[in-house]
Amino acid sequence: MVSLYGKTLSELKSIVDAEGLPSFTANQIADWMYHHHAESIDEMTNLSKKNREILAAKYIVGLTKPERVSESADGTKKYLFLVGSNRYIEAAYIPESDRATLCVSSQSGCKMGCLFCMTARQGFQGNLAAGEILNQLRSIPEFTRVTNIVYMGMGEPFDNLENVMKSLEILTSKWGMGWSARRITVSTIGLIPAIKQYIVQTSCHLAISLHTPFDEERRMLMPIQNVYPIADVIAELKKYRFSDHRRLSFEYIMFDGLNDTPRHVKELVRLLNGLTCRINLIRFHPIPNSPLHTSPDERIFQFRDLLTAKGIFTTIRASRGQDIQAACGLLSTKALQEKGRK
Amino acid sequence: MRTWNEISYEIQRVISNTPIAPGAYILKFKKNSTFIAGQALALGISEDIEPRYYSIASGENDDEISILYTEKPDGKFTRILSLLKPGDNLMVSKPFGKFTQLSPFPVFIAAGTGIAPFMSMLLSGKAKGAVVIHGASYPDYFYYSEILLNTLGENYIRCCSRCQPGSFYVGRVTDYIKQWSGLNINRPYYLCGSTEMVVETRDILISRGVPISSINSEIYF
Repeated sequence: MVSLYGKTLSELKSIVDAEGLPSFTANQIADWMYHHHAESIDEMTNLSKKNREILAAKYIVGLTKPERVSESADGTKKYLFLVGSNRYIEAAYIPESDRATLCVSSQSGCKMGCLFCMTARQGFQGNLAAGEILNQLRSIPEFTRVTNIVYMGMGEPFDNLENVMKSLEILTSKWGMGWSARRITVSTIGLIPAIKQYIVQTSCHLAISLHTPFDEERRMLMPIQNVYPIADVIAELKKYRFSDHRRLSFEYIMFDGLNDTPRHVKELVRLLNGLTCRINLIRFHPIPNSPLHTSPDERIFQFRDLLTAKGIFTTIRASRGQDIQAACGLLSTKALQEKGRK
Repeated sequence: MRTWNEISYEIQRVISNTPIAPGAYILKFKKNSTFIAGQALALGISEDIEPRYYSIASGENDDEISILYTEKPDGKFTRILSLLKPGDNLMVSKPFGKFTQLSPFPVFIAAGTGIAPFMSMLLSGKAKGAVVIHGASYPDYFYYSEILLNTLGENYIRCCSRCQPGSFYVGRVTDYIKQWSGLNINRPYYLCGSTEMVVETRDILISRGVPISSINSEIYF
């Protein structure tokens, strides 16, 4: 059976055409799935019984409940989903006083191999379909409370651009979920061709994993620097206009003694000169046997103040869900993948 | 999906496309622009099919570019690539990438076709004093082994995960690195292979005292 959830309107039109159903049926199906949150074809009661039977012979809505939930002392929840028959992914729900953010995965595992990331250690198992990305939102109990979505979970979103773009189309279209693009942020390590396509085709916010302005250091932390150097990424970003409406932010994990000096501030200011952007400083959440350590809070505050004094709006991201391995860089389903292989 | 919209390319004619092991080939075409050993390029056969990135395996001074590739069981692109004949057209991007900065006495650690950028460095005469540690599942997949044996001798170490004991180390590259008595923490290490292999090898090197600043990785993606 094929899942309908995660299909764009044009894909739904192709399906109904192929089944010999009236073309307006596609809009009806989209309306049921993305507005009325129908979980089965049977619920789509403005389709004739015969047409529902035709659809149900090959298709299902295809939502999948989480397999497990872990809850942090700070209220963060980490949801585990099974995708396909043997792959697992995680999503983190992060409630705050004035908003609730859902951090979704775009791949099972990741190919990018960043030194500081737990997901990298499980290798790459596969891309998520658009429906599998959106299911992380739709199938959690807090679905209606989520105000913001960030593509910052497992995987590199721009290494699965086609499905990420489909999921964004469904999230932001009137025929889809009707979300404002301003409530969605996609984070990338800087795959330049995909960045161009994303900027042109969406209005969602963009976040770039920067972590150091120096080539040698970034290469050590992120192998992607060998393919798309950060200087080239920044040069590309300078061709576009960003504002509060369409925000550009840089994520910067603070590593003790590695990337947290005034020399780094100076180079960051030089590198980002001319860009309307902000920097989000992140404490490093230790992963087993890592040679890296987080900078002390005092130095993180100094770093923020130095950048702010140079005119770069800089925030420090609160660490959430660390006790359940849901914080930034900690998502991993390696143990489950290995168990599945045995 | 990557597209050809943002990549400038030229059409090249295939010079040869030679099977060198079951499912493995070396594709050659004329070198039209200079490159630095360690760089990659994008190959394609149609604008409708996503470009694929491959490290260059030939030397900087060779007249032809060589690409080492394997046919993926579920890979539409590599299936078509393997059917290309001399004279057929191929879309070729400009060389790119920065996996090119070599320090003296490098240790190259590769799995499968990850040997390609290191072959380019060796054939370009840029890797004097190198040690090559190459992992493969069967003896046939030690690509370029004749050249490597002749040029590196005992500094060429083959780790074969599915071989009988003999002239190879029997086990994975990562098993070898864990117990390698010749590991020198003062040498620079260069890794190329799947993410899992690169990440695991990197973690082992770090656990054995190699500074992270001495480890440079190239990943397939």
